[in-house]
Amino acid sequence: MQKIGVFVCHCGTNIAATVDVETVAKTLGKEPGVVFTTDYPYMCSQTGQQMIQDKIQELGLTGVVICSCSPRMHEQTFRKACHKAGLNDYMVEIANIREQCSWIHKDKQEATEKAVILGRAAIAKVQLNAPLTAGTSPVTKRALVIGGGIAGIQTALDIAEAGFEVDIVEKQPTIGGKMTQIDKTFPTLDCAACILTPKMVDCAQNEKIHIYAYSEVEQVGGFVGNFHVKIRRKARFVNEDVCTGCGACTEKCPQKKVPNAFNLGLDTRRAIYIPFAQAVPKVATIDPDYCNMLKNGKCGVCAKVCTAGAIDYKQKDTTIEREYGAIVAATGFNPIDLSQFDEFAYSKSPDVVSSLEFERLMNAAGPTGGTLLRPSDGTHPKTIVFVQCVGSRCEDAQKGKSYCSKICCMYTAKHAMLCREKYPDTDVYVFYIDVRTPGKNFDEFYRRAVEEYGVHYIKGMVGKVVPENGKLKVQASDLLDNRQLHIDADMVVLAAAIEPDKSARSVATMLTASMDTNDFFTEAHPKLRPVESPTAGVFLSGTCQGPKDIPETVAQASAAAAKVIGLLCKDSLTCNPCVAEPNELMCNGCSNCEKVCPYGAITYIDKEFRGPNRTTLIRRVAQVNPAVCQGCGACTVACMSGAMDLKGFSNKQIMAEVDAICR
Amino acid sequence: MQVTWKPTIVAFCCNWCSYAGADLSGTNRLQYPANVKIIRIPCSCRLNPMFILRAFQKGADGVILCGCHPGDCHYTTGNYYARRRMTLLFSMLDFLGIEKGRTRVEWVSAAEGAKFAATMNEFVKTITELGENRRLEDLRCKE
Repeated sequence: MQKIGVFVCHCGTNIAATVDVETVAKTLGKEPGVVFTTDYPYMCSQTGQQMIQDKIQELGLTGVVICSCSPRMHEQTFRKACHKAGLNDYMVEIANIREQCSWIHKDKQEATEKAVILGRAAIAKVQLNAPLTAGTSPVTKRALVIGGGIAGIQTALDIAEAGFEVDIVEKQPTIGGKMTQIDKTFPTLDCAACILTPKMVDCAQNEKIHIYAYSEVEQVGGFVGNFHVKIRRKARFVNEDVCTGCGACTEKCPQKKVPNAFNLGLDTRRAIYIPFAQAVPKVATIDPDYCNMLKNGKCGVCAKVCTAGAIDYKQKDTTIEREYGAIVAATGFNPIDLSQFDEFAYSKSPDVVSSLEFERLMNAAGPTGGTLLRPSDGTHPKTIVFVQCVGSRCEDAQKGKSYCSKICCMYTAKHAMLCREKYPDTDVYVFYIDVRTPGKNFDEFYRRAVEEYGVHYIKGMVGKVVPENGKLKVQASDLLDNRQLHIDADMVVLAAAIEPDKSARSVATMLTASMDTNDFFTEAHPKLRPVESPTAGVFLSGTCQGPKDIPETVAQASAAAAKVIGLLCKDSLTCNPCVAEPNELMCNGCSNCEKVCPYGAITYIDKEFRGPNRTTLIRRVAQVNPAVCQGCGACTVACMSGAMDLKGFSNKQIMAEVDAICR
Repeated sequence: MQVTWKPTIVAFCCNWCSYAGADLSGTNRLQYPANVKIIRIPCSCRLNPMFILRAFQKGADGVILCGCHPGDCHYTTGNYYARRRMTLLFSMLDFLGIEKGRTRVEWVSAAEGAKFAATMNEFVKTITELGENRRLEDLRCKE
C-alpha cells in the first residue's frame, strides 16, 4: 500500500469559487492509502511546493496527488518539486479540477462531487504507479527549416549564427517568399527588396546554411533530436552547380507566352526563367509545362546558348535523406482565391486587382516598370477604390475567413499613401469596416494617410462593382453619413484575406503537428509557448501560425531560432519513460504488436526459458527499444495475450481510474 | 425514468488533441454537464476495448472516446487503429444489447474547445434519453 498525500489547490478563486476545496480534501482523506490531505490557495507557488516537499519528507509519502489545474499546465512543476524531495517524478498524479471541473460548472455541489471523483481516480491510479526512470537519446545537431520566406530566412540565419548547421527547404526556385513581391513596407515605406535581398545573400554565403530551393519535404520520421527527413529535389533541368545565372537562356528562349507567376500573371516570361533579378540561388529553371524541348523534343535553344553547359533535359527528381535534431515550420501564407467574390467583378475586369497584384503594379521590377497603369488599357487610373476586409471577418465560411487578416488595414493605408504621393492627381477612396492599427507607429501612419495625403476613408462596405464602358461603377454605402455612394472608378483594389499556404496541411501531417480549423499551426500554449508546436522538436515561425506583419514575423522567427538553439545545445535529451513493456512470460511471439508500431520500436528475440523438469525451452518474444518507443500504446491493445503494457498508463491503472469514476 | 437520475459518463481523451481541447473548453468557460469524467490516455489507440466493457460493468451509462482528427494523430496512425477497433467493438456491443448511442467516437482537436463542449452536451442528452444502462452491469462489482 502506498502512503499518499493529497494536495488540493484553491487556485485563488478559480477553483475555490465553484468547488468546496475543504470538503474535497476531507472526503479524499477517507480513501485507502491516503495519509495526509490539505488544501492551499496556490499549490504551484513557492510556499505550496515547499509544503509538498516537507510533507513528503516528514511523512515518507510514496505517492502524491495534486488536485489543481490541467496536467498540461503544471505537471512538470509538481514533478520537479517532488523530485527534489526524493520522490520519483512518476509517483505524482494530477486531478484536473480547474479546466475540467471548476471552470465548466456553476453548481457548487455538483462541481464538488465531480472534483472528489476526479481526485479519487487519481488516487486509484497513483496506488498502482511505479517509479520510472527516463533514458536519454542523442541530439543531431542540425536543424531543418521548411519554407524560405522572411520567416525561414531569419530563423536559419539566427541558428547558423549560433554555430549550428541549418538546411532551408523551399518549394519555389528561389528563397525570399512573399516579401520579394512586395514593393514598399509599412510604416517606414522602405523598399522590401532592399531590406530582404541582403538577408537572402547572407543565407547563400553562410557556410552553415544549405539552401534546397525547388525542393519539397516528402517524408518525416523519427522524433525530437532524431528526425529522419526525405527531401525531394525537383528537376530544374538545369545543373544548379554549373549554371552561372547569366540569363542568356531566358532571353533567347522562343517560348514567350508563359504567365509570369512572380508578377501574378500580369505579364509573361519565357519557359526557362529566373524568377527575379536577385533570386537566390540565381539559377535558371525550365518550366516543363511550357518548354517545347521537354514537351515534344523540338527546340534546344537554351542548351545552345548556355556557355556553361548547364542545361540538362534529362534531369530527374532526386531524393536526399538527412537527419535533424529540430524542425521549424515556416510555410507562410497566400492571399485567398478571389474568384468567389463575384460582386467585386474580380474575374470580369482586369482592372479589379488584388492588393498583391497592386504591389507588383507599383514595383519598379514589376510588369509596368513601376508606373501605375490599368492592366486593361495601359492608361493611368484617376480614381482608385480600395476595398478592405475582402474575405476577412467573413461570416460565410464557404467564401471567406472568420478571422481578421491583420495586415490589410496597414498595407491599404500604404497603397493609398503611395498612390497619392506618386500621382497627386488621383482620387483615392478606402472602404473599411474598422481600421485596425495596433503596432508601433502604425496609427500615426494611418493618420498621415488621412490627414496629410488626403485619402478618403469611408466606413462602409462596397456592395457591387460593375464594369461599364471601361469604367468600374462602384456602389457602396457610407455608414456614418447613412447614404448610398456611386463612384466611377478606374481601378478597384481588393484587400484579400490571407490564408495558410496550401502545403501547410501536408507538412503538418508529416510532422504530426496539430492545426486549428483554419489550417494555421497550433502553438503549444497560446500565451506562454507561442513558437513551439505541441509536438516536441517542431517549432513555428511566421504566418504559418497566424496572420502577421513583417516585424512580427521576424520577431517570431528569431524566437523560434532561440528555441531550436536551446534544443541543439543539448548533447542528449531525456526520453519519455512511459514506454511499452512486454511481459516475456506471457508473450507468445505473434508479431501483432510489431505490425501496429508506427516507430518500428518492437523486435523479436529468441529467449531461453526454464521449462518443467529442468528442461529449457526457447521462445520467440517481443522486445521494445525504449529509446525509439514514443508510448502511444497501439501495441498494448493489439496484444492478444495481454503481455504488452504501457508504463505510466498500464491496463491496471486505467481500469482503476474507470472503477473509481463509475463507483 | 426518474428526473433526478443523472447518467455516469466516461470520456477517454487522447493527451495531444482532445484532452487539450477539453482544457480549452474549460479556459473558455464553455459549460457541459458534470456527469462527464475525463480519463487521459496517451493516444486514442491506447483505449483497450476492455476499458469500455469494464466501464459498462461498473455502471457507466455512456462511454465516449475522443482523439485527434484522422491524419492528425501525434503518433501518425493511432486514431486509425482506434477507429477500426471501435467500429468492431461497437457492433459487438450492439449485438449484446448495448444501444449504439451509448458509445461514440469523436475527433476533437486541441483548438476545438467549443466542439468538445458541444459534443459532451449532446452526448449527455442522448444518454439521458436512453436511460440507465443495466445490460452489462455486473452486480457483483457493485457495493
